[in-house]
Amino acid sequence: MAVLQVLNVSKRFGGLQALNDVNLSVEQGHVHAIIGPNGAGKSTLLNCFVGKLVPDTGSVMFDGKSLLGIKPHEINQLGVSRVFQTPEIFDDLTLLENVLIPSFAKRDGGFKVNWWPRVDRERVVRDHAESVLQEIGLYEKRDEVAGSLSRGDKRRLEMAMCLSQDPKLLLLDEPTAGMSRADTNATIDLLKGVGEARGITKIVIEHDMHVVFSLADKISVLAQGTVIAENTPELIKGDPRVQEAYLGGPQE
Amino acid sequence: MFGLNRGDTLLLLLVAILTALAPFLLNPFPEGSSLAQFNGGYPDLMQRFVIFGIFAIGFNILFGLTGYLSFGHAAFLGVGSYAAIWMMKLLTMNVIPAIILSVIVAGLFSLLVGYISLRRSGIYFSILTLAFAQMSYALAYSVLTPITGGETGLQPKLSDPRVLDTMLGADGTSRANLFGLEMGQSWQMDWNGWVFTFNTGYYVAAFVMLIAFYLSIRIFRSPFGLMLRAVKTNQNRLNYTGVNTKPYTLAAFVISGMYAGLAGGLLVAMDTQVGPERMFWTASGEVVLMTILGGVGTLIGPVLGAGLIKYMENILSKINEGLLEKWFAFMPETAGDIVVTVLALFTGKGWHLTLGLIFMLVVIFLPGGLVGGLIQGGRRMFRTGDRSADRKVKSNQTPPTSTPVE
Repeated sequence: MAVLQVLNVSKRFGGLQALNDVNLSVEQGHVHAIIGPNGAGKSTLLNCFVGKLVPDTGSVMFDGKSLLGIKPHEINQLGVSRVFQTPEIFDDLTLLENVLIPSFAKRDGGFKVNWWPRVDRERVVRDHAESVLQEIGLYEKRDEVAGSLSRGDKRRLEMAMCLSQDPKLLLLDEPTAGMSRADTNATIDLLKGVGEARGITKIVIEHDMHVVFSLADKISVLAQGTVIAENTPELIKGDPRVQEAYLGGPQE
Repeated sequence: MFGLNRGDTLLLLLVAILTALAPFLLNPFPEGSSLAQFNGGYPDLMQRFVIFGIFAIGFNILFGLTGYLSFGHAAFLGVGSYAAIWMMKLLTMNVIPAIILSVIVAGLFSLLVGYISLRRSGIYFSILTLAFAQMSYALAYSVLTPITGGETGLQPKLSDPRVLDTMLGADGTSRANLFGLEMGQSWQMDWNGWVFTFNTGYYVAAFVMLIAFYLSIRIFRSPFGLMLRAVKTNQNRLNYTGVNTKPYTLAAFVISGMYAGLAGGLLVAMDTQVGPERMFWTASGEVVLMTILGGVGTLIGPVLGAGLIKYMENILSKINEGLLEKWFAFMPETAGDIVVTVLALFTGKGWHLTLGLIFMLVVIFLPGGLVGGLIQGGRRMFRTGDRSADRKVKSNQTPPTSTPVE
């Protein structure tokens, strides 16, 4: 069953055709990678899933509902969480508070003036947030200020924030960008371990072939705004069109 | 106690005790002594301490938690004052309806201003609020004269209808009261040359301030407060976390507007008069100074800042050259003259200069304000393994510059 169904999506910025008739179908429980050279339209496509951009034509259906024209927070409430290219966390707050916020958002919805109870007395939400931190290996640092974390830990924290919401779909925008090899491998293990246990569907946008081939069940190759190939990792590796796009296409 | 944790309960009790004992604490010098000049324990000033404390507590809910810097909060204070005075003119001199209406009217007005201003953030938001406040001031000053009394402002008059008072057959006084207890009433206590004044109005205002302070602690410690702090740190992340940030900021704006209206209503309850200058932009700037001076985002900082500024405004500004000459008469003539000339710059009308200097020193050396400085100082003294102080700094949200990298 397809969780996310993208049909004939096109997006034009002035003279640039960023996306041209993109079709994509992401299966439940799969890790679906979107790869492609710089400027292929990967981030534009992702922004169409999260409510930041509205495509000119086409449709994006998630779980049977259209994602077009609704706001980022509403999309999140439907069960779509995202991880940013550079970790976006609450730098001034503690790690625990960082995870409490998405947990409260999940419980209370987009807006609630919940001003009387005390955060430290919200047992259920707190226990949940602490267990997620434990799972991701940041529990010991729960009272530290998030801004002082290393880059790798910030990424882990961001993952914990997403996981605390039990999303149906997790979008990862270059989750290992700018990371050392060790951090990259740790992130791969993290994504594998945590995601598989919960069966979360993931879309990974990635440059790093190593990451893509270790994670993905299916790969879509984007070049010049169009999907030029969609297949399993083994078959993508040998596809001449993919090699051309990466090694000697006109856009390189 | 009161559903607060131990630290917050202690803080609340400390503030309660200090406000209750303020008539003693603020009058440390015997009447008639040369230092009596520095006594701050007279009703008018004490009332201002707590009322502007309320104003600053409310402002801090917006500025301290969400980081949105409003430069127009005096407008809500002014609107609250006008609402209160009309209640006194039309209904009753009892302060309760006046204060309630001032909170409601300021809340509605801040809903309107906030809804429009919060379409922008950063400097544009500040400028929009400033524009609204100046428009309100201009309206009150001229166009709306039939409602606001223009330049002269409004006072209750004996000829006002006061429907409720007439109905209940109360006498036609125009003194503000709380079910007959007059706000202006004071008792004096003489003790070996010291004179302590206990004023009804002060204690009413102080009681309201304690409630306002308690409510602000609850907001700070609640999931709602956590969301507001998240707005300050990373609004983008919050949007992608399923939170609709706009109503959160608007709610914070309206709450702080209602606090400002409450302060405005209380000001009227104390001195039963209002003029448009209450909404002037310098009044909006003053509450920003109070909050930053005391410590943005700390619980008690804004109250301290308000107290410090009101004290300087009322005490320092009364020190004139004649007084200075008397104090330094013991010095040789030329030296005394120099000292007096220099000090005269910083006192009397020049008290703003002192305020400016203090403000600069605090902002440069204590980025967390007076309270932030106190906490830092405390931490330095107990550096070895005191984690509770750490947590306090974090939950009080001092700016990132002063957060520890440990």
